[in-house]
Amino acid sequence: MTKELKSTADGHGWMNALVRSREGSLVLLIAVLTVLTTALNPRFISPQSLKDLMLNVSIIALLVLGQTVIILMRQIDLSISSIVGITAFLSGTLFINRPEIPSVAVVLIAVLAGLLLGAVNAALIAWGKIPALITTLGTLYIFRGANYAWVHGRQVNAVNVPGSFLAIGTSTFAGIPLLTWIVLVLLVVFSIGLRQYRVGREFYAIGSNPTAAVLAGINVSRRLATGFIISGAIAGLAGALWLARFGTVDATAGEGIELTVITSTVVGGVAITGGVGTVVGSVLGALLLSVFSSTLVFLRVPSFWQQSFQGAMLLLAIAGDAYLAYRHALRLRVKWSHV
Amino acid sequence: MSQHQTSTRRLARRVSWETILALLLLFAVVGGTFLNKDFLTAENWSNLLANFVEIALMALPLSLIVITNEIDLSVASMLGLSSSLLGLLWEYKLAMPLAIAICLAVGALCGALNGFLIVRFRLPSLAVTIGTLALFRGFAYIILGDKAIADFPPEYTGFGIGVIPQTFIPMPFVLFIVLALIFWVGLHHTTVGRSLYAVGGNQTAARFSGVNISRLKMLLFIASGVISALAGIVFTFRFSSSRADNGTGFELSAIAAVFLGGVTVQGGKGTVTGVVLSLLLIGVINNVLTLADVASEILRIVTGSLLIISILLPNLIASTRERWRLMQRQREIAKLGAASVTK
Repeated sequence: MTKELKSTADGHGWMNALVRSREGSLVLLIAVLTVLTTALNPRFISPQSLKDLMLNVSIIALLVLGQTVIILMRQIDLSISSIVGITAFLSGTLFINRPEIPSVAVVLIAVLAGLLLGAVNAALIAWGKIPALITTLGTLYIFRGANYAWVHGRQVNAVNVPGSFLAIGTSTFAGIPLLTWIVLVLLVVFSIGLRQYRVGREFYAIGSNPTAAVLAGINVSRRLATGFIISGAIAGLAGALWLARFGTVDATAGEGIELTVITSTVVGGVAITGGVGTVVGSVLGALLLSVFSSTLVFLRVPSFWQQSFQGAMLLLAIAGDAYLAYRHALRLRVKWSHV
Repeated sequence: MSQHQTSTRRLARRVSWETILALLLLFAVVGGTFLNKDFLTAENWSNLLANFVEIALMALPLSLIVITNEIDLSVASMLGLSSSLLGLLWEYKLAMPLAIAICLAVGALCGALNGFLIVRFRLPSLAVTIGTLALFRGFAYIILGDKAIADFPPEYTGFGIGVIPQTFIPMPFVLFIVLALIFWVGLHHTTVGRSLYAVGGNQTAARFSGVNISRLKMLLFIASGVISALAGIVFTFRFSSSRADNGTGFELSAIAAVFLGGVTVQGGKGTVTGVVLSLLLIGVINNVLTLADVASEILRIVTGSLLIISILLPNLIASTRERWRLMQRQREIAKLGAASVTK
């Protein structure tokens, strides 16, 4: 029995490793999808459609970074879409009221505003001891309601926004849109931070076993607060970039994207029960969803099918994870059966 | 311990969350009556009661699910699917009773899928129902696209907008009351109902005391599917409209009502009375604000704040009470110490 297992592992070592690591299997899936779609419609890998793909995935991928930190701690942040809505309109209003304001200042103010809204979540969750699901469901309503009240039917149009700012969403560097570069840089920062810094490891520890984390001397309340503040700040940045990408912003900006973000994160291998997953995986999850939906477009599948495919993909991802965990447990039992 | 202290503590224990909700409701009704002369009219109340029926229906099975420490975010999508399916079947000239039966059966199937994934594969209900939220809403779009079907027979739409003759009570509200009574009896006065609390409180202990947790949860998710489908049918007849996006986002209102009703996320706590009171409270507040011409965005802020305050307040009270008790104990110890020194 054990011999058999070992020989298969030797035979296809790299193959096994590729399929067994979540990132590897995601890359494989994305590659297969790309090849298949290109075979059916070569325009799929034209520079323009690749650029569109990267732009489409960028804002979701950005939000996924913050959500990963949250879900790693066995929490959830539903309010990000409302924070994106508020900060996107805020950025537009800044340009309207002070046309000479530098773009960097606008981005910084949007990040700061997102950070403050995230701090509201953080205070309620870490010190008010309200479960994250309820808190962020509440603030999802409150922030969006406040946004509607403030916007009051107005709209920011591309004419109000300086071209240099819109260029973030349109121009490219080395063939890759600036927007995507921003996400890539942050991806590296988050990846290193989660892997090699104490704060990052504490996020994992809290999600794997909250009680053990307390016993190990981790200040859980403070880490929870850090996570929600980070998620808020990221959402603020995403709000500013939303304006750069789309040019027009009204009160509905970002409505409903929290579900896409959570789906991407979970498809990317971050367990909703906490403690497992990487930012690279979750960004690949976002990319997979995005590639999949443009595949559907290129294959002329009616757009009405998109949503159920997304749902089915989430279900497949978590069911697959559960199956692999079960297999792993079984293998451990075989390995230690002689004890 | 003094007599006075025990009596206040007993009082504090007796002031349940339901009492607080009932007082708030009373306060809202009195306030509404003073603020607006149209508030206490029969016409307004039949509007008020009709307006929250769909969310109220979905909140009933949802509260039982939350009591067992699970969640169902897909309720509004099952509502949308059932509404779309009803429209489609009606367009295909199916007899209405048959179409309704099919919708309810599809609701049961959707709920069974949720239950199957959660119970059989032990997947977290939060993740599963976020997935089926997209899946079921997607099905609604697949079968109906962006079409809208509106030509429903008057005897059915009459049920949707009608009231019981000579009263202001809307027909769909009666449906809700009947179901609420059934849920109340089921949860509080049957063995199965009591075992839900056991499951929510301590799953392992419940299993060892012979509760069939899998079957129980499966039943709850199926019930949630059937009743959400029913809510979809009510919605369709009330607005005489079948569209794929019917009821989008209703899951949030239903969940808000459940939590405000005193059902905790940690499971094992909550009553049907509390949930019904919180539904009425949200309905009355929304109605008063609408009558006062407050914009709908303020309603969102109010709902969100109510949700947060409903958990924050008891938490704060509990923590101050705990701190007070600690202080009291320290004082007693100090007194004992002083007494022993003087001896």
